[in-house]
Amino acid sequence: MKNTKKLISFIMVVTMILALCSVSALADGEAFKLGGTGPLTGGAAIYGNAAANGAQIAVDEINAEGGIQFELKYEDDTHDAEKAVNAYNALKDWGMQLSLGSVTSAPANATSAENFADRIFALTPSASAPTVIDGKDNVFQMCFLDYPTQGGASAQYISSMGLAEKVGIIWKNDEDYSTGLRNSFVDTAAELGLEIVAETTFAAGNDTDFSVQLTEMQNAGAELVFLPMYYQPASLILSQAAAMGYTPKWFGVDGMDGILTMEGFDPALAEGVMLLTPFNADSEDPATVAFVEKYQELYGETPNQFAADAYDCVYAYKQALEAAGATPDMTNEELNDLMIEQFTTMTFDGLTGTGMTWDETGAVSKGAHGCVIENGAYVGLD
Amino acid sequence: MKTKKLTLNKNTRMNFVTYGVVIVAYVILQTMVTTGSISSSLKGMLVPICAYVVMAVSLNLTVGVLGELSLGHAGFMSVGAFTGVTAALALQGVVASGPLRLLIGMAVGAVFAAIAGVLIGIPVLRLKGDYLAIVTLAFGEIIKSLINNLYVGVDGSGLHFSILTNKMAMDEIGRIIINGPMGITTIEKLSTFTAGFLLVMVTLIIVFNLVNSRSGRAFMAIRDNRIAAESVGLNVVKYRLMAFVTSAALAGAAGTLFAMNYSTIIANKFDFNTSILILVFVVLGGLGNMLGSIIAAAALTILPEMLRSLQDYRMLIYAIILILVMLVTNNAQLKSLFSRIIPHKKEAADNE
Amino acid sequence: MTFLNYLLSGISLGSIYAIIALGYTMVYGIAKMLNFAHGDVIMVGAYICFFAVSRYHLPPVVGVLAAMAVCTVLGIVVERLAYKPLRAAPSLAVLITAIGVSYFLQNGAQLLWTPNPKVFSSVVGTGRLALFGGQLTVSYVTITTIVSCIVIMIALTWFTGNTKMGKAMRACSEDKGAAQLMGINVNSTISVTFAIGSALAAIAGVLLCSAYPTLVPTTGSMPGIKAFTAAVFGGIGSIPGAFVGGLLLGMIEIFAKAYISTQLSDAVVFAVLIVVLLVKPAGLLGKKVSEKV
Repeated sequence: MKNTKKLISFIMVVTMILALCSVSALADGEAFKLGGTGPLTGGAAIYGNAAANGAQIAVDEINAEGGIQFELKYEDDTHDAEKAVNAYNALKDWGMQLSLGSVTSAPANATSAENFADRIFALTPSASAPTVIDGKDNVFQMCFLDYPTQGGASAQYISSMGLAEKVGIIWKNDEDYSTGLRNSFVDTAAELGLEIVAETTFAAGNDTDFSVQLTEMQNAGAELVFLPMYYQPASLILSQAAAMGYTPKWFGVDGMDGILTMEGFDPALAEGVMLLTPFNADSEDPATVAFVEKYQELYGETPNQFAADAYDCVYAYKQALEAAGATPDMTNEELNDLMIEQFTTMTFDGLTGTGMTWDETGAVSKGAHGCVIENGAYVGLD
Repeated sequence: MKTKKLTLNKNTRMNFVTYGVVIVAYVILQTMVTTGSISSSLKGMLVPICAYVVMAVSLNLTVGVLGELSLGHAGFMSVGAFTGVTAALALQGVVASGPLRLLIGMAVGAVFAAIAGVLIGIPVLRLKGDYLAIVTLAFGEIIKSLINNLYVGVDGSGLHFSILTNKMAMDEIGRIIINGPMGITTIEKLSTFTAGFLLVMVTLIIVFNLVNSRSGRAFMAIRDNRIAAESVGLNVVKYRLMAFVTSAALAGAAGTLFAMNYSTIIANKFDFNTSILILVFVVLGGLGNMLGSIIAAAALTILPEMLRSLQDYRMLIYAIILILVMLVTNNAQLKSLFSRIIPHKKEAADNE
Repeated sequence: MTFLNYLLSGISLGSIYAIIALGYTMVYGIAKMLNFAHGDVIMVGAYICFFAVSRYHLPPVVGVLAAMAVCTVLGIVVERLAYKPLRAAPSLAVLITAIGVSYFLQNGAQLLWTPNPKVFSSVVGTGRLALFGGQLTVSYVTITTIVSCIVIMIALTWFTGNTKMGKAMRACSEDKGAAQLMGINVNSTISVTFAIGSALAAIAGVLLCSAYPTLVPTTGSMPGIKAFTAAVFGGIGSIPGAFVGGLLLGMIEIFAKAYISTQLSDAVVFAVLIVVLLVKPAGLLGKKVSEKV
């Protein structure tokens, strides 16, 4: 029974500390408390850290200017809905007034329901599933919706450009991002008469060997392979296809962005890969150049779209807060109503697009640019 | 096997202490909730803690009392979560009362998990030791893989099922409940701390009564010496299956409770790591020691949240604490060192 | 030809599982513990080799040796600090400690090396051998993996069968108490086992990442679980069993993907595993231990 006693005393201490925490969390009324959750550790940590870093850069810039002040806090959700709700509650105890939602979709589904119930406005940088914003008037997205927009747009682009007649798809069937993109791609392709000759999948524990998937693509004669996935498995697919000597056209999605900045990646493998992406780290736009430089200086790597989306989120908040004349001593309910009003009426220019607007559902409307990778750099497609 | 040394009387006393601790904890926490003196962080963890407590106690029945290592307990939780939530959602228009729907959901979850327990138990229980463990692991992975490809919809004419594709012939009021890898995203949050507390109590009543019954003594006889147990005429297969299925059913109910606390649930949540996490609760709390499981489940759920201020080092410190706790509680030298530092631990050790 | 290509892919994947499983089975056979941190030692080995070759431009051989050296030290240190104090404790306590070590290594790697994926450059080049006029191709990585796997298996079999240390290991595996009475230093024998297991993990890590070149802090965990499955499949504790189990698991996985469904391939693999264990409850080549009455 010794363990038991030890554990009892331990849990008492825990409870006391947590009780103390709840008392100390009071808004100081000088800066807007901005909180977000994302996977800062674990397998998806790259996305969470990128978003947290991007948001931090924006906050530092804005605070340095004087004017509106932000206090930013990112909590780790390890890409898990349960932990995300815990992280969200920790932020609430801290006194969060405005939220950056969650970085990835599955946790965002859980936290956005909390945002809705607690009336804390949320603008998620990158959780792109429609279920994140569905039926929640105060949850907005900075990225475009995967399913209706991106998958369909890719099919449309392939069809209108006459890139291929026979298309194959490799998708990750235990991930909502990938499955959603694939579903909308397939639906649009059917409408446009694009022939899908082969479809194969992979799943989390099974994402290293793609020989079967690629052989099927090759045997079915797919001229173009659509890869609705993040860049990590995509890099494996590209290298294994190259080793097999299979060279179809490749078409990626925004999650593919980042492939060129992987340490040790041979850019020749990605030569000719096309993708639709709202952000391009090689762009010559001065704001992007400045952001990329600052990011590289601080974190030693090239920012991806998650970082850019989070950066834009903070600036969108700044614009909305200024326009609404909001002050940091307002409650989250007051800010919530002001933000809903602002976001549905304002137009925002950021790194990931210009002339962005939001509709009442919380979905953003912005253009996706077709890019092709040539000599290790993105080149715009038109 | 600490409980083994205790007399039956002490055993009963221990059970009442366990009930007492749970009830007192509930009363204190519930009072804090109603008076609003609880942090959102702790409040948000109450239901998952209840679910994990039930998981840990039920796994302790398999691992501690029956003596079989199971690495797939999250698989039963998954079965319970998905079937229970589906039932609760499908009855949305039929049964008006939320708590009743939750209750039906938990019952359905428990029944389906029990069925899964029988299906997997019959082949599994022919095996022993690590081979049994690997089959339970395989079972957990199979469940995860199947649910990731399962689509369930409901419309006027009832439930529709489909594997691999989300295309189902449904009428216009039809809606998808389980959407493959996206899981269920339209959960009504029906779970409450009170529901969780009641489930914990029911679990304890079932487990204690089972352990203290003729069957429970048979479980322990089988654990300690299977051949001897067999030779005195115990039906080993029957008793092993009984413990295994009870444990599965309770895990199923816990799964429903857990899932109904969030607006969304996905199959990948119930993976190997979750099974391992629950095993950690059981081993840390002590094999066969239900109160230990309860406290370990609660403490280890809260611990990572407490460590949030450490930021990036959080999970690293968590790992170190886990290793140190295992070393301190299981190494004779370190144990005696600790009892010298903290004198009152010594009497605790003597009580064992 | 497609079938043969699938077969080759299966062998290629299987030989990687086999090489990891050999490490698992070694440690299990002697220390009687499931070392769930084995997969993470693989990851550390791969990172060391990556930094040696890609960052410091050392020759691949040096990279592999550096990885082996670091992993061996790591294995011994972990064994001393985390597992040795639990020699007398129940096996489940050791299992949980191993899981703690696994968390520690993954999170430590993430802090040290960031979660950003790195692309591992193959230590044997990316070339391929073309057979039958190019209809069938085998990559050098596959050939290297299979050859190293066989060499390691034979070496281990010889080592445990013929050397003094090997005999000590077998004695410990049979009965630790009796081995100690016969004058065998059980603790150092187990340390040596961990050292060998960890060195094997380093080689496995290098080969795993040569074949599938993305490297992240969680790279080792899934192959670790699969290899554990493979070791049990072949009969845990048996060295040839790990080899056979690994190869078969790889082939079943590829064939399940190719001929049944890519979506359900994991379910199929594990279902086959269950069926095999029902027919052969101690794995394919496992020893059937008669029970003491």
